[in-house]
Amino acid sequence: MIDLPLLWALLIATAILIYVILDGFDLGIGILFPFLETDEDRDTAMNSVAPVWDGNETWLVLGGGGLFATFPLAYAVLMPALYVPVILMLLGLIFRGVAFEFRWKSRGHRKAWDHSFTIGSMVASFCQGIALGAFVQGIAVEGRAYAGGWWDWLTPFSLLTGLALVIGYALLGATWLVMKTEGRLGLKAVRYARVTMIGTVMFIALISLATLSLDPRFMAAWTAWPAILYVAPVPFAVALLAFYLWRSLGRAMDHRPFLATIGLFVLSFVGLGISLFPYIVPMEITIWEAAAPDKSLSFLMVGTAFLLPLILGYTGYAYWVFRGKMKPGEGYH
Amino acid sequence: MPEFLTAELLARAQFAFTVSFHIVFPAFSIGLASYLAVLEGLWLKTGDEAYLTTFRYWLKIFAVAFGMGVVSGIVMSYQFGTNWAVYADKTGPVLGPLLGYEVLSAFFLEAGFLGIMLFGLERVGKKLHFMATLMVAVGTLFSAFWILSVNSWMQTPAGYGINEAGQFIVEDWWAVVFNPSFPYRLVHMTLAAYLTTAFVVGGVGAWHLLKDRSNRPARIMFSMAMWMALVVAPLQVIAGDMHGLNTLEHQPAKVAAMEGHWETGSRVPLLLFAVPDNEAEGNHFEIGVPALASVILKHDPDGVIQGLKDWPKEDRPPVFIVFWSFRIMVAIGFLMVGIGLWSLIARMRGKLYESPLLGKAAVLMAPSGFIAVLAGWVVTEVGRQPYTVYGLLRTADSLSPVEAPAVATSLAIFAVVYFIVFGAGTVYILRQMAERPGTPAHVPEGPTRAAAYTTDYVKLAEGGRHD
Repeated sequence: MIDLPLLWALLIATAILIYVILDGFDLGIGILFPFLETDEDRDTAMNSVAPVWDGNETWLVLGGGGLFATFPLAYAVLMPALYVPVILMLLGLIFRGVAFEFRWKSRGHRKAWDHSFTIGSMVASFCQGIALGAFVQGIAVEGRAYAGGWWDWLTPFSLLTGLALVIGYALLGATWLVMKTEGRLGLKAVRYARVTMIGTVMFIALISLATLSLDPRFMAAWTAWPAILYVAPVPFAVALLAFYLWRSLGRAMDHRPFLATIGLFVLSFVGLGISLFPYIVPMEITIWEAAAPDKSLSFLMVGTAFLLPLILGYTGYAYWVFRGKMKPGEGYH
Repeated sequence: MPEFLTAELLARAQFAFTVSFHIVFPAFSIGLASYLAVLEGLWLKTGDEAYLTTFRYWLKIFAVAFGMGVVSGIVMSYQFGTNWAVYADKTGPVLGPLLGYEVLSAFFLEAGFLGIMLFGLERVGKKLHFMATLMVAVGTLFSAFWILSVNSWMQTPAGYGINEAGQFIVEDWWAVVFNPSFPYRLVHMTLAAYLTTAFVVGGVGAWHLLKDRSNRPARIMFSMAMWMALVVAPLQVIAGDMHGLNTLEHQPAKVAAMEGHWETGSRVPLLLFAVPDNEAEGNHFEIGVPALASVILKHDPDGVIQGLKDWPKEDRPPVFIVFWSFRIMVAIGFLMVGIGLWSLIARMRGKLYESPLLGKAAVLMAPSGFIAVLAGWVVTEVGRQPYTVYGLLRTADSLSPVEAPAVATSLAIFAVVYFIVFGAGTVYILRQMAERPGTPAHVPEGPTRAAAYTTDYVKLAEGGRHD
């Protein structure tokens, strides 16, 4: 018999990871937006993500909808616990999402929608990071419901993870620009990538250590023998990738820095998974306790097995259609 | 905070507010996506540039409306968890997979091909671009399919069991998805979306025809919209009637509220005007047609219909809102039928584009579809109260363990943000609609999307791809 809850937990985690990487770079463009010097550069940067941002954000809906579908108990506990950051994130996403169309349509208010794009992107990223931190640090549960207050999420740790995600997304955005643009904007992106990379690596180290001290079980997950043999390569791989990223930024402006950054995100995500497994509400509810009945899980699995490859296929196609370097003022504004 | 502002009331207000804002955009984009596909198809088939111009005109409006639909929809998908966590826990095993299918089969399809639809014509060529337009249109219909299945299950639950944790579990997926009210609701809503779009398109076409009768794209818009009104509005009346009979079978209390009908009995009058009063358990100022409600609902003047007093007070929906929303919806439906017939007469006289009175009526009716859709949803959602899952899970028992101030604050922020953001979006859409179709769009300084669309299509029309 297939362990459906485990399979679904892996699938949902993958959907969230894909979301973080894909929306991460277009949120990152929003975070870097005010630092770009000319209107032309801002237009180019925004146009480099305009055809794909909507698809990127759909992974967030899959993450939320998928959690509701397959782990309704976890969804019902986590959402009230993360009430404030989730609502603020949604508001941020509203402001940045509409900016893609509105800034071209408004007469005289374009600056306002540029701010809306920047602030919305920053708030959404920061709140996602806060939600992650609040999730990792633990959530009060009684029976089948959230038992804490509506400010429990606010701690130094969650603020730290919030900040970390903003910097991390900025790095994703910068390396995306390194890949998609050239000339002045490309060079600028290289500089931003260097700065945000240093920040990102520092935050990864800081948060990793802070996480270990949160709960002895986190510590155990990383230090128990023989598990340590499997997990020890993770931090080494992070260091190696960071080195590779730095080197690749000094060379041609191509896809390598972006791929290396994705690697950093994947490794951080795997590290998080090692700490948390098998909990879906950390240290309170395991994936098997929260899972919907097998009949629900298998019903959705049948369609997912067929639809997910299809989605990946046409999403890939959409990216391929808009491949290559952006040129200022080019085609599809 | 005042005592009556409970977390439940505020959460309900928040849901009603956000969903009412949201529903407007899908209702419009379902119809518009199909319309765009038809226009592009006609252009490819006939080579007539006027279809392309019309397509381009509505594509810009679609982009703005779709963007607002996406962002307001994301809010909806998280609200089940934030304000309605107990509901989410209990219904998740049944409704979650349906929503999952909506995301997988509809949202990704729309989002994946939207970029190509908006920006990709030069890069992929005509035929692939047409396919992208079709995929977006199909995606909006898939979305309607799943979300209406979810909503219908909450109205007429079927195929479920209840486990020891109090969760609904599935016994028969077929019965869950195709629950008793689903086919009626799906047809009724899809037709409503098509009518809504038709009246917007017809209104915009009429507006420009009033200024210049010879404008080809405006003539295309107006003519196509009036055909839709003529054919689809009467179909909608029939679909609505069938939906009503289905509701009478499964949710008789809702129908009693729609009719403002308190005492069980026969020869029930159809009320044209009344002021229903929950406290007094009766109506003030009744004006009605004797026995007509019995005729409509039972097809028999002596047909017995249950009145609201058959249910305990705490199980009745709020009557006044349901009663009047229903009347608004029905009145608009008949007005739409009337415009359709009027246009037919004008068309047969060869004066479809020459009647200023018809044109002005069409302009006035442009927003009518939105009002009817909202009124219809109020009927179905308020009429379902006091339950979230009809007869099984009460609204009061569906709530998150959140405190009233949290819900009040988020509601206030949503209200402010929605009015700013969607207000601006509406202004941009109206401004776009005021542009005369067929002339180059307003071009502010610097490169714009509008300009890019124009050059894309001009180049394409002149001789295919430029790579």
